[in-house]
Amino acid sequence: MSIKLGTEAPPFELLGVDGADHALDDFRDAKLLALVQYCNHCPYVLAWEDRLMALTRDYAGRDLRIVAVNSNDVARYPEDSFERMQERDRELDFPFDYLFDESQALARALGAEHTPEVFLFDEARRLRYHGAIDDSRDDKAVTRRYLHEAIEALLAGAEPPVAETEAVGCSVKWK
Amino acid sequence: MIELLYWQGCPSHPEAKALLEQVLAELGRDDEIVLTEVTSDAEAERLRFPGSPTIRIDGLDIDAMGANGRPSLTCRIYHLPDGRVSPVPSREQLEVALG
Repeated sequence: MSIKLGTEAPPFELLGVDGADHALDDFRDAKLLALVQYCNHCPYVLAWEDRLMALTRDYAGRDLRIVAVNSNDVARYPEDSFERMQERDRELDFPFDYLFDESQALARALGAEHTPEVFLFDEARRLRYHGAIDDSRDDKAVTRRYLHEAIEALLAGAEPPVAETEAVGCSVKWK
Repeated sequence: MIELLYWQGCPSHPEAKALLEQVLAELGRDDEIVLTEVTSDAEAERLRFPGSPTIRIDGLDIDAMGANGRPSLTCRIYHLPDGRVSPVPSREQLEVALG
Protein backbone atom coordinates (compact mmCIF):
# COMPACT_ATOMS: atom_id res chain seq x y z
CA MET A 1 0.00 0.00 0.00
CA SER A 2 1.37 3.39 -1.01
CA ILE A 3 2.41 5.99 1.55
CA LYS A 4 -0.20 8.55 2.49
CA LEU A 5 -0.22 12.19 1.45
CA GLY A 6 1.86 14.22 3.89
CA THR A 7 4.31 11.38 4.53
CA GLU A 8 7.99 12.32 4.53
CA ALA A 9 10.13 11.05 1.64
CA PRO A 10 12.06 7.94 2.62
CA PRO A 11 15.86 8.31 2.59
CA PHE A 12 17.75 6.53 -0.19
CA GLU A 13 21.14 6.24 -1.75
CA LEU A 14 21.03 4.63 -5.17
CA LEU A 15 23.28 4.11 -8.15
CA GLY A 16 22.39 6.26 -11.14
CA VAL A 17 22.93 5.59 -14.84
CA ASP A 18 25.73 8.18 -14.63
CA GLY A 19 27.66 5.74 -12.42
CA ALA A 20 27.35 7.91 -9.31
CA ASP A 21 25.40 7.33 -6.12
CA HIS A 22 22.49 9.69 -5.52
CA ALA A 23 20.95 10.29 -2.12
CA LEU A 24 17.74 12.03 -1.14
CA ASP A 25 19.72 14.89 0.35
CA ASP A 26 21.56 15.47 -2.95
CA PHE A 27 18.33 16.96 -4.32
CA ARG A 28 17.90 19.43 -1.43
CA ASP A 29 18.39 22.46 -3.70
CA ALA A 30 15.20 21.69 -5.62
CA LYS A 31 11.97 22.92 -4.09
CA LEU A 32 10.06 19.95 -5.47
CA LEU A 33 11.19 16.37 -5.95
CA ALA A 34 9.28 13.87 -8.06
CA LEU A 35 10.19 10.21 -7.66
CA VAL A 36 8.75 8.22 -10.54
CA GLN A 37 8.64 4.45 -10.26
CA TYR A 38 9.99 3.40 -13.62
CA CYS A 39 11.56 0.57 -15.65
CA ASN A 40 12.84 -0.26 -19.11
CA HIS A 41 10.38 -2.77 -20.50
CA CYS A 42 6.85 -1.76 -19.52
CA PRO A 43 4.66 -0.53 -22.42
CA TYR A 44 2.90 1.91 -20.08
CA VAL A 45 6.24 3.46 -19.14
CA LEU A 46 7.19 3.63 -22.80
CA ALA A 47 3.84 5.16 -23.74
CA TRP A 48 4.37 7.95 -21.17
CA GLU A 49 8.10 8.32 -21.69
CA ASP A 50 8.08 11.19 -24.22
CA ARG A 51 5.71 13.16 -22.00
CA LEU A 52 7.82 12.65 -18.89
CA MET A 53 10.93 13.71 -20.82
CA ALA A 54 9.14 16.78 -22.19
CA LEU A 55 7.86 17.74 -18.75
CA THR A 56 11.34 17.37 -17.29
CA ARG A 57 12.80 19.58 -20.01
CA ASP A 58 10.01 22.15 -19.51
CA TYR A 59 11.05 22.52 -15.87
CA ALA A 60 14.81 22.47 -16.41
CA GLY A 61 16.41 25.20 -14.33
CA ARG A 62 13.30 25.61 -12.24
CA ASP A 63 12.70 24.34 -8.72
CA LEU A 64 11.98 20.74 -9.63
CA ARG A 65 13.97 17.53 -9.95
CA ILE A 66 12.47 14.47 -11.54
CA VAL A 67 14.05 11.17 -10.59
CA ALA A 68 13.05 7.90 -12.24
CA VAL A 69 13.63 4.79 -10.14
CA ASN A 70 13.78 1.23 -11.43
CA SER A 71 13.16 -1.32 -8.67
CA ASN A 72 12.21 -4.34 -10.76
CA ASP A 73 13.63 -7.81 -10.14
CA VAL A 74 16.26 -8.15 -12.85
CA ALA A 75 16.72 -11.88 -12.29
CA ARG A 76 13.24 -12.53 -13.68
CA TYR A 77 13.15 -9.43 -15.89
CA PRO A 78 16.67 -9.05 -17.33
CA GLU A 79 15.48 -6.30 -19.69
CA ASP A 80 15.30 -4.10 -16.56
CA SER A 81 18.98 -4.57 -15.73
CA PHE A 82 21.19 -1.66 -14.78
CA GLU A 83 23.20 -2.14 -17.99
CA ARG A 84 20.02 -1.83 -20.04
CA MET A 85 19.10 1.29 -18.04
CA GLN A 86 22.42 2.81 -19.06
CA GLU A 87 21.88 1.76 -22.69
CA ARG A 88 18.46 3.40 -22.75
CA ASP A 89 19.89 6.55 -21.22
CA ARG A 90 22.58 6.66 -23.92
CA GLU A 91 19.97 6.05 -26.63
CA LEU A 92 17.44 8.61 -25.38
CA ASP A 93 19.53 11.04 -23.32
CA PHE A 94 17.07 11.08 -20.44
CA PRO A 95 16.72 14.60 -19.03
CA PHE A 96 15.79 13.11 -15.65
CA ASP A 97 17.96 11.15 -13.23
CA TYR A 98 17.52 7.40 -13.55
CA LEU A 99 18.39 5.36 -10.46
CA PHE A 100 18.58 1.63 -9.77
CA ASP A 101 16.83 0.45 -6.61
CA GLU A 102 18.36 -3.02 -6.70
CA SER A 103 17.33 -3.96 -3.15
CA GLN A 104 13.79 -2.65 -3.81
CA ALA A 105 14.03 -0.83 -0.47
CA LEU A 106 12.86 2.50 -1.90
CA ALA A 107 9.91 0.94 -3.75
CA ARG A 108 8.90 -0.83 -0.55
CA ALA A 109 9.28 2.34 1.52
CA LEU A 110 7.10 4.25 -0.95
CA GLY A 111 4.63 1.40 -1.23
CA ALA A 112 4.98 1.67 -4.99
CA GLU A 113 2.80 -0.67 -6.98
CA HIS A 114 3.04 0.34 -10.61
CA THR A 115 5.26 1.68 -13.34
CA PRO A 116 4.95 4.53 -13.99
CA GLU A 117 3.81 5.89 -10.62
CA VAL A 118 4.57 9.41 -9.39
CA PHE A 119 5.41 10.53 -5.84
CA LEU A 120 5.77 14.34 -5.76
CA PHE A 121 7.30 15.83 -2.61
CA ASP A 122 7.30 19.47 -1.55
CA GLU A 123 10.11 21.56 -0.08
CA ALA A 124 9.76 19.83 3.30
CA ARG A 125 9.82 16.55 1.35
CA ARG A 126 6.27 15.72 2.30
CA LEU A 127 4.19 13.81 -0.27
CA ARG A 128 1.81 16.22 -1.99
CA TYR A 129 0.80 14.38 -5.16
CA HIS A 130 0.70 10.65 -5.85
CA GLY A 131 -0.45 8.74 -8.90
CA ALA A 132 -0.49 9.07 -12.65
CA ILE A 133 1.41 11.52 -14.84
CA ASP A 134 -1.83 12.44 -16.58
CA ASP A 135 -5.21 10.91 -17.32
CA SER A 136 -4.47 8.84 -20.41
CA ARG A 137 -1.64 6.68 -21.67
CA ASP A 138 -2.74 7.84 -25.14
CA ASP A 139 -1.14 11.26 -25.48
CA LYS A 140 -3.85 12.33 -27.92
CA ALA A 141 -6.58 11.67 -25.36
CA VAL A 142 -5.12 13.55 -22.38
CA THR A 143 -7.50 16.01 -20.73
CA ARG A 144 -5.83 16.42 -17.32
CA ARG A 145 -2.09 16.78 -16.74
CA TYR A 146 -2.13 15.84 -13.07
CA LEU A 147 1.61 16.01 -12.41
CA HIS A 148 2.03 19.28 -14.28
CA GLU A 149 -0.96 20.77 -12.46
CA ALA A 150 0.39 19.68 -9.07
CA ILE A 151 3.85 21.09 -9.83
CA GLU A 152 2.43 24.43 -10.96
CA ALA A 153 0.22 24.66 -7.88
CA LEU A 154 3.01 23.83 -5.44
CA LEU A 155 5.46 26.21 -7.11
CA ALA A 156 2.81 28.92 -6.73
CA GLY A 157 2.31 28.05 -3.07
CA ALA A 158 -1.10 26.49 -3.64
CA GLU A 159 -2.59 23.04 -3.13
CA PRO A 160 -2.48 20.57 -6.04
CA PRO A 161 -5.93 20.61 -7.65
CA VAL A 162 -5.90 16.81 -7.59
CA ALA A 163 -3.65 15.24 -4.96
CA GLU A 164 -4.15 11.57 -5.68
CA THR A 165 -5.01 9.55 -8.77
CA GLU A 166 -4.79 5.92 -9.79
CA ALA A 167 -1.49 5.03 -11.42
CA VAL A 168 -2.32 2.69 -14.29
CA GLY A 169 0.58 0.61 -15.51
CA CYS A 170 2.65 -2.50 -15.10
CA SER A 171 3.13 -3.96 -11.66
CA VAL A 172 6.40 -3.47 -9.81
CA LYS A 173 8.25 -6.77 -10.27
CA TRP A 174 9.07 -7.89 -6.73
CA LYS A 175 11.78 -10.40 -5.91
CA MET B 1 -10.10 -20.36 -33.09
CA ILE B 2 -9.43 -17.02 -31.44
CA GLU B 3 -7.38 -17.18 -28.27
CA LEU B 4 -6.61 -14.37 -25.85
CA LEU B 5 -3.91 -15.25 -23.36
CA TYR B 6 -3.45 -12.88 -20.45
CA TRP B 7 -1.68 -12.35 -17.17
CA GLN B 8 -3.70 -10.81 -14.35
CA GLY B 9 -0.71 -8.68 -13.29
CA CYS B 10 -1.07 -6.52 -16.37
CA PRO B 11 -4.16 -4.30 -16.63
CA SER B 12 -4.42 -4.26 -20.43
CA HIS B 13 -6.35 -7.44 -21.22
CA PRO B 14 -9.90 -6.13 -20.61
CA GLU B 15 -9.23 -3.32 -23.08
CA ALA B 16 -7.72 -5.75 -25.59
CA LYS B 17 -10.70 -8.09 -25.24
CA ALA B 18 -13.18 -5.24 -25.71
CA LEU B 19 -11.33 -4.04 -28.82
CA LEU B 20 -11.19 -7.57 -30.20
CA GLU B 21 -14.93 -8.01 -29.62
CA GLN B 22 -15.61 -4.68 -31.31
CA VAL B 23 -13.57 -5.54 -34.38
CA LEU B 24 -15.20 -8.98 -34.60
CA ALA B 25 -18.65 -7.38 -34.42
CA GLU B 26 -17.76 -4.85 -37.10
CA LEU B 27 -16.64 -7.71 -39.32
CA GLY B 28 -19.94 -9.48 -38.66
CA ARG B 29 -18.26 -12.39 -36.94
CA ASP B 30 -19.45 -14.15 -33.83
CA ASP B 31 -16.37 -16.24 -33.06
CA GLU B 32 -15.92 -17.26 -29.47
CA ILE B 33 -12.85 -15.81 -27.77
CA VAL B 34 -11.09 -18.48 -25.74
CA LEU B 35 -9.56 -16.86 -22.67
CA THR B 36 -6.50 -18.40 -21.04
CA GLU B 37 -5.01 -16.98 -17.87
CA VAL B 38 -1.27 -17.50 -17.56
CA THR B 39 -0.27 -17.66 -13.92
CA SER B 40 3.36 -18.82 -13.69
CA ASP B 41 6.71 -18.58 -15.44
CA ALA B 42 6.50 -22.30 -16.20
CA GLU B 43 3.12 -21.83 -17.83
CA ALA B 44 4.40 -18.82 -19.78
CA GLU B 45 7.23 -21.02 -21.05
CA ARG B 46 4.93 -23.90 -21.95
CA LEU B 47 2.45 -21.65 -23.77
CA ARG B 48 5.21 -19.54 -25.43
CA PHE B 49 3.57 -16.51 -23.85
CA PRO B 50 5.62 -13.37 -24.58
CA GLY B 51 3.43 -11.09 -22.50
CA SER B 52 -0.10 -9.95 -21.81
CA PRO B 53 -2.22 -9.74 -23.83
CA THR B 54 -1.33 -12.25 -26.54
CA ILE B 55 -3.91 -12.89 -29.23
CA ARG B 56 -3.71 -15.87 -31.56
CA ILE B 57 -5.96 -16.68 -34.48
CA ASP B 58 -5.87 -20.33 -35.45
CA GLY B 59 -2.60 -20.56 -33.55
CA LEU B 60 -0.97 -17.60 -35.28
CA ASP B 61 0.03 -14.58 -33.22
CA ILE B 62 -1.50 -11.35 -34.52
CA ASP B 63 1.87 -9.63 -34.02
CA ALA B 64 4.52 -11.84 -35.59
CA MET B 65 7.28 -9.46 -34.52
CA GLY B 66 6.49 -9.76 -30.83
CA ALA B 67 5.51 -13.43 -30.92
CA ASN B 68 9.03 -14.69 -30.33
CA GLY B 69 9.71 -12.55 -27.29
CA ARG B 70 11.06 -14.25 -24.17
CA PRO B 71 8.20 -16.10 -22.41
CA SER B 72 7.42 -14.02 -19.35
CA LEU B 73 4.73 -12.76 -17.00
CA THR B 74 4.86 -9.20 -18.24
CA CYS B 75 2.91 -6.59 -20.16
CA ARG B 76 3.45 -6.98 -23.88
CA ILE B 77 4.64 -4.13 -26.07
CA TYR B 78 2.70 -3.31 -29.24
CA HIS B 79 3.38 -0.55 -31.75
CA LEU B 80 0.60 1.58 -33.20
CA PRO B 81 0.66 2.43 -36.94
CA ASP B 82 2.16 5.85 -36.09
CA GLY B 83 5.00 4.21 -34.17
CA ARG B 84 3.77 4.95 -30.66
CA VAL B 85 4.05 2.21 -28.05
CA SER B 86 0.89 0.69 -26.65
CA PRO B 87 0.07 -2.12 -24.20
CA VAL B 88 -2.71 -3.31 -26.53
CA PRO B 89 -2.66 -4.08 -30.26
CA SER B 90 -4.05 -1.53 -32.67
CA ARG B 91 -7.44 -1.85 -34.28
CA GLU B 92 -5.66 -2.02 -37.65
CA GLN B 93 -3.52 -4.94 -36.47
CA LEU B 94 -6.63 -6.86 -35.41
CA GLU B 95 -8.47 -6.05 -38.63
CA VAL B 96 -5.57 -7.33 -40.75
CA ALA B 97 -5.25 -10.48 -38.64
CA LEU B 98 -8.98 -11.20 -38.83
CA GLY B 99 -9.46 -10.12 -42.42
